[in-house]
Amino acid sequence: MIAAINWGQAIADAIALGALYGLVAVGIGLVFGVLRLVNFAYGELITCGGYVLAYTYGWPRPVSILLCIGAVVALALAQELVAFRPLRRGGASAATMLVATFAVSFLLQAVYLLAFGSRGQIVGTLGQLNSAFTVDGVDIRWILLVIVVTGLLLLGATAALLDRTEVGLHIRAAAADFRTSRILGVRANRVIVLSFVMSGVLAGAVSVLYTVQNPLVQPSMGVPITIFALVGVVVGGLERLWSAALGGFAVGFVYGLLADALSSTSSVYLPSVVYGLVILVLLLRPAGLFRSWRAQQVERV
Amino acid sequence: MKLAAPIVLVFATAAVASGVSSAHRLEFETALIMVAVVVALYVFVGNSGVISFGHMSFVAVGAYLAGLVTLDPETKGFTTPGLFHVLKHAQIGIVPSLALAAAVGAAYALVVGLPLMRLSGLPAGIATLAVLGITYNVLSYWGKVGPGVQTVTGVPEASVWSLAVGVAIVVAAAYAYQRSRFGRVLRATREDPPAARASGISIYRERLIAFTLSGALAGLAGGLYVHMLGLLQPDLFYLDLTLVTLAMLVFGGVGSLWGAVIGALAISALNSFLGDAENGVDVGFHLTLPNGTRLVTVGAVMALVLILRPSGLTGGREFGWRRS
Repeated sequence: MIAAINWGQAIADAIALGALYGLVAVGIGLVFGVLRLVNFAYGELITCGGYVLAYTYGWPRPVSILLCIGAVVALALAQELVAFRPLRRGGASAATMLVATFAVSFLLQAVYLLAFGSRGQIVGTLGQLNSAFTVDGVDIRWILLVIVVTGLLLLGATAALLDRTEVGLHIRAAAADFRTSRILGVRANRVIVLSFVMSGVLAGAVSVLYTVQNPLVQPSMGVPITIFALVGVVVGGLERLWSAALGGFAVGFVYGLLADALSSTSSVYLPSVVYGLVILVLLLRPAGLFRSWRAQQVERV
Repeated sequence: MKLAAPIVLVFATAAVASGVSSAHRLEFETALIMVAVVVALYVFVGNSGVISFGHMSFVAVGAYLAGLVTLDPETKGFTTPGLFHVLKHAQIGIVPSLALAAAVGAAYALVVGLPLMRLSGLPAGIATLAVLGITYNVLSYWGKVGPGVQTVTGVPEASVWSLAVGVAIVVAAAYAYQRSRFGRVLRATREDPPAARASGISIYRERLIAFTLSGALAGLAGGLYVHMLGLLQPDLFYLDLTLVTLAMLVFGGVGSLWGAVIGALAISALNSFLGDAENGVDVGFHLTLPNGTRLVTVGAVMALVLILRPSGLTGGREFGWRRS
């Protein structure tokens, strides 16, 4: 069952995966915090970034990466302005909103399929980051360091923006109590747009980092990313960003670790093991793993 | 009247299906199966107001069991040699296989529901999604319960009319449930949980009953599905079907049986029409759409209807109810 492995190596790989899912979880958590909306179409933002990188291959790298992030932010805004805002205005229920994000995800995948075909495009923008250096018998690829450093920087920047600026204060106020914050003069739509922009920047960054290790961009690439990150967000606890980030990290880390630890015959059941753990966590702590006992549970969606 | 309208619609679809060429028959038959799946989903989601992403698990186990027990044992020796002994050597008729499908759907839903029905809101949605993930993963790799990632063909196919009878049974069961005391109580918990609790209703128990019944109907729908297609494959019962059936339900209107039926038929019709149009079709003029338009248009129409009519086409009303 358990294969003989190099634990240092396994942990290094798992950290990289965990950090990526942590970033995705924060992107999903940002929008959820303000809107109480779980955006199933979040992964399609990452896919979009992947396609931009693939089609701008050979351009100067900074240009390619900036274009990628720009396109992802534009798509995130489009999701909000074209789909989610009209729905909210129409007074859609939470369940309808959830299915709507599902529909947007479906639609975007269909568009990708129509525009770029099903065979997939290769991204080579930062491919050389896959080269490794060795520390104590553990191969550490440069991308691992880049992911961890970028992840921490982006998390830090997000936290700083939320904690130290006036817009951040508005976002936190809206996340705490949307109606009251509006009465007190927070411009709701500005806050919502801003949270979509921030989640778009994070998705763009994830596109760049994710495609280094998984260079094949396909129409449905974003679906498993969304699902695993979403699982992480819920496991960690949706109410606060750091708990969402930790939850995303935990799911990615456990997945990465088990992928190395299980022998190849049992590793095909890895998703089952992770999903089983998720169910267990949800049953024991429905409000999330990293949530204080005192906090009362609020039923939403 | 409220039951008659959906049933008539089911048999009307079957009548059209039996009259058209075999290429088109498949589309109408698929639409019928979608009605069964969406109605099964509606029994739980519509009445309880809790979203479930896991129902295709029950459809899948129903389909697998009904498919495997009707396959010729000799064929199974070649295609799926690793099956459990009972599954490998059994060969029964279509009707008993459907009963088994319903039973296994109910049993699976009960086992899953016992712990999961304590959850509500988003954790419930994610937990049911996790169940779907496990089901898909196990069906894809475990040789004892199915062919794995390969496709198995040669499952006996049922006639259009017998499929329609099966679908009508699902619709009638859903109707009977929502008229029963259990259905009414569950709808009360949907509308006002604190008030329902205060009246001595156990939300957990009522949801579990609906979940199990819904699982049974989903299993039956899965059995019908496999006897319509004649083949088995895990990808048939995963996220795509989950999304499409949920969208059909919301499109028609989550709150009513009529909405579930209408949503399933309307999206199926749109889907088939566009599929034909990609190959060229005459609608007064000759229309040929580029490949891939089907998915884009279906996605766009679903999103559009949600935006324009968030409570669905029927607005959650049963057939014949007056606006008041």
